Amino acid sequence: MMFDPQVIIQKLPEIGSGLFVTLWLWVAGVLGGVVAGFIVATARRFGGFVVNTLLGAVVEVLRGTPFLIQIFLLYYGGPFVGLMLDPIPCGLIGLTVYSAAYYSEVFRAGYASVPHGHVEAAECLGMTRLQTIARIQIPEMALIVLPPAINLAIILLKESAVLSIITVPELTATVSAIGSQQYAFLEAIFVLAVTYWIIVELTDRLGRQAEKRLSRLRFSKA
Amino acid sequence: MTLKLFTLLLEAALKTLGISLVSIAIGFVIAMLLSAAIQSGKSIYLLPARLFISFFRGVPLLVQLLLIYTLLPVIGINVPGIVAAIVGLSLCTAAYQAENLRGGFASVPRGLVEAADVAGFNGIQTFLRIRAPIALRLTFPALVNEAIMILKASSLVSVVGIIEITKMAQDLASSTYMPIPIFASAALIYFVINSAIALLGGYAEKSLKGASA
Repeated sequence: MMFDPQVIIQKLPEIGSGLFVTLWLWVAGVLGGVVAGFIVATARRFGGFVVNTLLGAVVEVLRGTPFLIQIFLLYYGGPFVGLMLDPIPCGLIGLTVYSAAYYSEVFRAGYASVPHGHVEAAECLGMTRLQTIARIQIPEMALIVLPPAINLAIILLKESAVLSIITVPELTATVSAIGSQQYAFLEAIFVLAVTYWIIVELTDRLGRQAEKRLSRLRFSKA
Repeated sequence: MTLKLFTLLLEAALKTLGISLVSIAIGFVIAMLLSAAIQSGKSIYLLPARLFISFFRGVPLLVQLLLIYTLLPVIGINVPGIVAAIVGLSLCTAAYQAENLRGGFASVPRGLVEAADVAGFNGIQTFLRIRAPIALRLTFPALVNEAIMILKASSLVSVVGIIEITKMAQDLASSTYMPIPIFASAALIYFVINSAIALLGGYAEKSLKGASA
């Protein structure tokens, strides 16, 4: 078997569309997960014992079971409870819920890192809870939260490859289909691996840049 | 959802557990070799190790498994599917474990290493008897986390036809037409195993701390 790049070059438009699906699912899943995760972490912090325990249990279950099983439950189990989802919306919902569970833990650690005295000081100044969150807690936790948040985003990009199993037409599904149509498995999977690798490395670098900027911003004000 | 179906899932769970444990153990050995390569500071060892770690942390496990499945027969190695699955999982976890260990090695006190030098230990002895045990103790919680990640990641070997718990659940779900109870049971089994690992890990961590005091 010879390595034949011609096959890949011919199929570049298809690969591009797969890459596009992967990228937008990833970005939407991460953004949705960040927002939902922040809401969950905030609800757990201020919602009292019952809310905290219930949400905590849900988060633990989502973190303790494989993403693939969750996706199967949603995709194959959904129709039995009246939830008929096409692969792409199913993948998007699955990815968002899964990432929300992990992001909620990141933000929980973020909340815990803000000194109690700062929150009390804000209260004494008459800030409402929302003001305290927006002006004190979020800015203070940002630097702590950024590195694990970037790491998590990278993990989610790789996790999104699993969506190929429920036939979401993302990068992995597209490229491995090309591989089997053209009898060029090795070329196809090689391209696949390198593409993911490049995106991950770029995200990692970008994250480190953002971290540097953020820390400069923070210390210049202090 | 009958008892019989649940028993089938439990049996398949043993396979999941076996594959994961073997992969973590092999991955640990490879991770130690990678760490030794990085610690050596010589670029002939350092660069390949870095490349290995970057690649296996940068590519989805699913793609790695597909790659190994395709690549092995091409270069003339025909092994049963389960071996390829274990190779894939081991290489992946090795990269993550090496990255965890890096932090541990960085926090080994210099004085201890110097003392070992003075006591006449050579490089390999210092690595095996001083650096590695201390780094391992420092990064033990990360190792427990990694074990849980691998147990979950092992669900992906179902894609290449290994009948572990996920594949079993998939087969049962399509033959009985009851996906919800079956996938929920599979999820429950994963959750119980992971909780057990976390609990045992916590105990082990405490006793390790006791040993160092």
